[in-house]
Amino acid sequence: MVDVAIIGCGVVGAAAAMQLARRRCSVLVLEAENDVAMGTTKANSAILHAGYDPEPGTLMAKLNLRGSLLAAELCEQLDVPRRQCGSMVLAFSEEEREHLRVLLERGQKNGVPGLHIVSGEEARQMEPALSPEVRGALVAPTAAIVSPWELALAMAENAVQNGAQLLLETPVTGLSPVAGGWRLDTPRGSYTARFVLNAAGVNADQIHNLAAAPTFTICPNRGEYYLLDKSEGDMVGHVIFQCPTKAGKGVLVAPTVHGNLIVGPNAEGLQTPSTATTAAGLAFVAAAARKSVTGLQLGASIRNFAGVRANTDRDDFVIEWAAPGLLDLGGMKSPGLTAAAAVGEYALELLERAGLSAPAKQSPVTTRRRVRFARLSAAEKAELVREDARYGRIVCRCETVTEGEIVAACHSPIPPRSIDGVKRRVGAGMGRCQGGFCGPRVLEILCRERGLSPLEVPQDQAGSYLLAAQTKQEGSER
Amino acid sequence: MNGLYYDVIVIGGGPAGMAAALSAREQGAPKVLLIERDCELGGILNQCIHNGFGLHYFKQELTGPEYAGRFIRRLDGAGIEVWLDTMVLELDGLCLHTVSAAGGYRVVRAGSVVLAMGCRERTRGAIGIPGSRPAGIFTAGAAQRYVNIEGYLVGRRVLILGSGDIGLIMARRMTLEGASVLACVEVMPYSGGLARNIVQCLHDYDIPLLLSHTIVEIRGKNRVEQAVVAAVDGDRRPIPGTEQVFDCDTILLSVGLIPENELSRAAGIAIDPHTKGAVVYENMQTSLPGVFACGNVLHVHDLVDYVTAESQRAGRAAADYAAGQRREGAELELCAGDGVGYTVPQRLHLAHLDKTVPMFFRPRRVYGTCAVVARQNGRQVGRFRRERMAPGEMEQVALPALLLQDDGPVTLCVEEDA
Amino acid sequence: MKELTCIVCPRGCRLVVDEENDYATAGNACPRGAEYAHAELTAPTRVLTSTVAVTGGIHPRCPVKTAAAIPKGLLPAAMRRIRAVCLAAPVQEGQVVIPDLLGTGVDLVACRDLPRAD
Repeated sequence: MVDVAIIGCGVVGAAAAMQLARRRCSVLVLEAENDVAMGTTKANSAILHAGYDPEPGTLMAKLNLRGSLLAAELCEQLDVPRRQCGSMVLAFSEEEREHLRVLLERGQKNGVPGLHIVSGEEARQMEPALSPEVRGALVAPTAAIVSPWELALAMAENAVQNGAQLLLETPVTGLSPVAGGWRLDTPRGSYTARFVLNAAGVNADQIHNLAAAPTFTICPNRGEYYLLDKSEGDMVGHVIFQCPTKAGKGVLVAPTVHGNLIVGPNAEGLQTPSTATTAAGLAFVAAAARKSVTGLQLGASIRNFAGVRANTDRDDFVIEWAAPGLLDLGGMKSPGLTAAAAVGEYALELLERAGLSAPAKQSPVTTRRRVRFARLSAAEKAELVREDARYGRIVCRCETVTEGEIVAACHSPIPPRSIDGVKRRVGAGMGRCQGGFCGPRVLEILCRERGLSPLEVPQDQAGSYLLAAQTKQEGSER
Repeated sequence: MNGLYYDVIVIGGGPAGMAAALSAREQGAPKVLLIERDCELGGILNQCIHNGFGLHYFKQELTGPEYAGRFIRRLDGAGIEVWLDTMVLELDGLCLHTVSAAGGYRVVRAGSVVLAMGCRERTRGAIGIPGSRPAGIFTAGAAQRYVNIEGYLVGRRVLILGSGDIGLIMARRMTLEGASVLACVEVMPYSGGLARNIVQCLHDYDIPLLLSHTIVEIRGKNRVEQAVVAAVDGDRRPIPGTEQVFDCDTILLSVGLIPENELSRAAGIAIDPHTKGAVVYENMQTSLPGVFACGNVLHVHDLVDYVTAESQRAGRAAADYAAGQRREGAELELCAGDGVGYTVPQRLHLAHLDKTVPMFFRPRRVYGTCAVVARQNGRQVGRFRRERMAPGEMEQVALPALLLQDDGPVTLCVEEDA
Repeated sequence: MKELTCIVCPRGCRLVVDEENDYATAGNACPRGAEYAHAELTAPTRVLTSTVAVTGGIHPRCPVKTAAAIPKGLLPAAMRRIRAVCLAAPVQEGQVVIPDLLGTGVDLVACRDLPRAD
């Protein structure tokens, strides 16, 4: 029996795993997909919110603020791209200007530092691309952008390095109490754990319902996005929000840590989670975003995508005991990404209060470094290639990713199993050609390093096969 | 960092780069360096295993690899240095930062530089097809590489979006290798590919060509399962009620090529928004003195033979520049007028023109019998009859240099017969 | 009268062929167009390009073509025949891969040099 089993390895599960693995206790992470960060974590706005949105006194407000601080620290320690670019909420009318004052006051109550309101003129001085219709803006200097999947990956890797066991492609299908803990059934066998954390994202209610009477319902809510070419990456410097409505924080325009521009999302309630984009949804996003940034070049789009928010029928995060020893970490809607690190910390605190004895390890791994060839100086590049010639071979020409970086990822604590797994780890295929050129090379390296056949490597999740067959086989041709 | 110097450095070892390097050497450049990022020369021709190349240049029908092979063999013993598996990271004036596994990080200086990096394919993201994002959506060229070089069939039931030549060629190729190609879907009312490819790639295999249609939704969780196709109106908007569903596991996109000018942009070279390639003079020189451009990095060609001819001009001019020859004096601007999508070159040095000035352009739409007319300040300086023109086929006219004066821009337009 | 698009060169001439009148052809810009029209309406032929498997080379496939056009109806059988071949690198451009493919008198030849992988 392990001390703690964690169901789901998105950013929340990874954060909890990291906290627990730094303590003297055994940790098992069960992830349904073939990689970490495959749900909401990989498809969202990639923002670390300053914290003026949640109602004061809520768990959300507390964890947003704490999470934002922790994320800054973690990104530094674990070498995760993060940039504190600040955010602006735009007002287009007197009514919206009034709303900025509400947000300001709320933010101040939540303890958000540096919040202030500027005029439309001042806003345009800070961000010349803003619409002439902007009448004022709330500026939050502590808002930041981040690579959400790399944050989750870095925390999960750190957990594995500190002894956590991660099982991919292991969905939990049954959850039942046993003496002194829980039994978790999966297609790969059953596991027992003293405590269970339910970090199953958009499936958290289903996991909860395996073991307890329903207490909350996930209402999947889709957001669609455009990702624009790096040529548009400096269109704005801040994260540009509009005034939030009941549906969410509205359509934003923001730089990404990878140098692109992200535009979206809309908000659409769904019966079942779907990450398909729609013509209507994208048209809505385009029109809404142009309200903020009139000259937006959506023709420079390199990718559309959609993510599903784990909204619930509650106003706050659902962090509570579903049953003795089974802790829900559910309903992690916005600002879930920002709060994640703090949720992990809070989960540890709740487990300890419930009797988990987990003293700190003597010297757990707390750092992570990876080579980002494109960001090195000429002298550093020269030195690196001298040391290892594989860093001299550029595989992804759009993002300047080397064979050395891909090889390193293939031998990292959580090696990739798919083409997109490589993309999330090193950025190969993230650029304007979307893997058209480097796909075959990435496949070749992944197969060589991991001992796989090209026919068994998926594009992304299990089942998303890339190649159908070899040519020149019996009966293959007409 | 070492002090390497070459008279002419050519970036890209495809058909454009190979021709430019050879011509630079033939023009007398003592030291020529050809840099290729792949492990072999030939560029995209290596995967274009179909025939139809070389009819103009070699007066013979060759496959892509054969066309490339002729230049690769010419390069052998031509006294040209070739760096394979080498990427140019930065172009800083006439100084190049390169990296390779074998050679490490090298900074090289040049007397002149020829840009011949080719182009890339437009992707799903660029055209924004809604729907899910399963595996099985390939650009036609990526699929071509898997099938022809790596030896993998990318799918079994295939729908092709876009009727550019690569899409048409892949329709035949996939069919021959055992896939079912259900249709080729084209948003425009005419095909973007050569007429002969419609016949020998689609008609020969009974593959329908759906003109004025597009894919409005992609379905499938892990792998493509269905594509929804609809007719479009004159403004290319889908017409509700015309949807038809294709059960397919693969979608190939042949929806356009984009010159790959990231290096050029970063170097501060002026880019023509229509060609997405550099603005060039009659000798293929860009706005950055000593830097020349040719082939698909300059504008997308449909025939490699024309790439070769253009690149030879660029190579010769680069050698002349490295030897100290400069083109100066009065400049003329060439403009695309009514019916003309773009022109290459876009600028002329009036004092340095040959007897005729070759001008390349693409019409904006399909034309029947018409005239291509060049005018300068109201004066007609050239008039060329055409039986038929289409945007899918690049056109060429030769302007008589004698008629050009230092008298403002020259505008090229299409005039239809009344 | 029959209308055809000539596929001999990229020009793609639109041909009008009079089948009743010894395949008299109009619309062709060169004599090859008339030859094509006659052949297309009597015994159509195509040059087949494909790949064959290679072992030990820098790539696992080598491009090949029929050295001349073969009857169009033989293309599927030719593809099956080609599948049976596996070359060993190095391959030379022009090397005969299958002599007298399917008794057509036309050789299948390699379209490039394919050196051995190191």
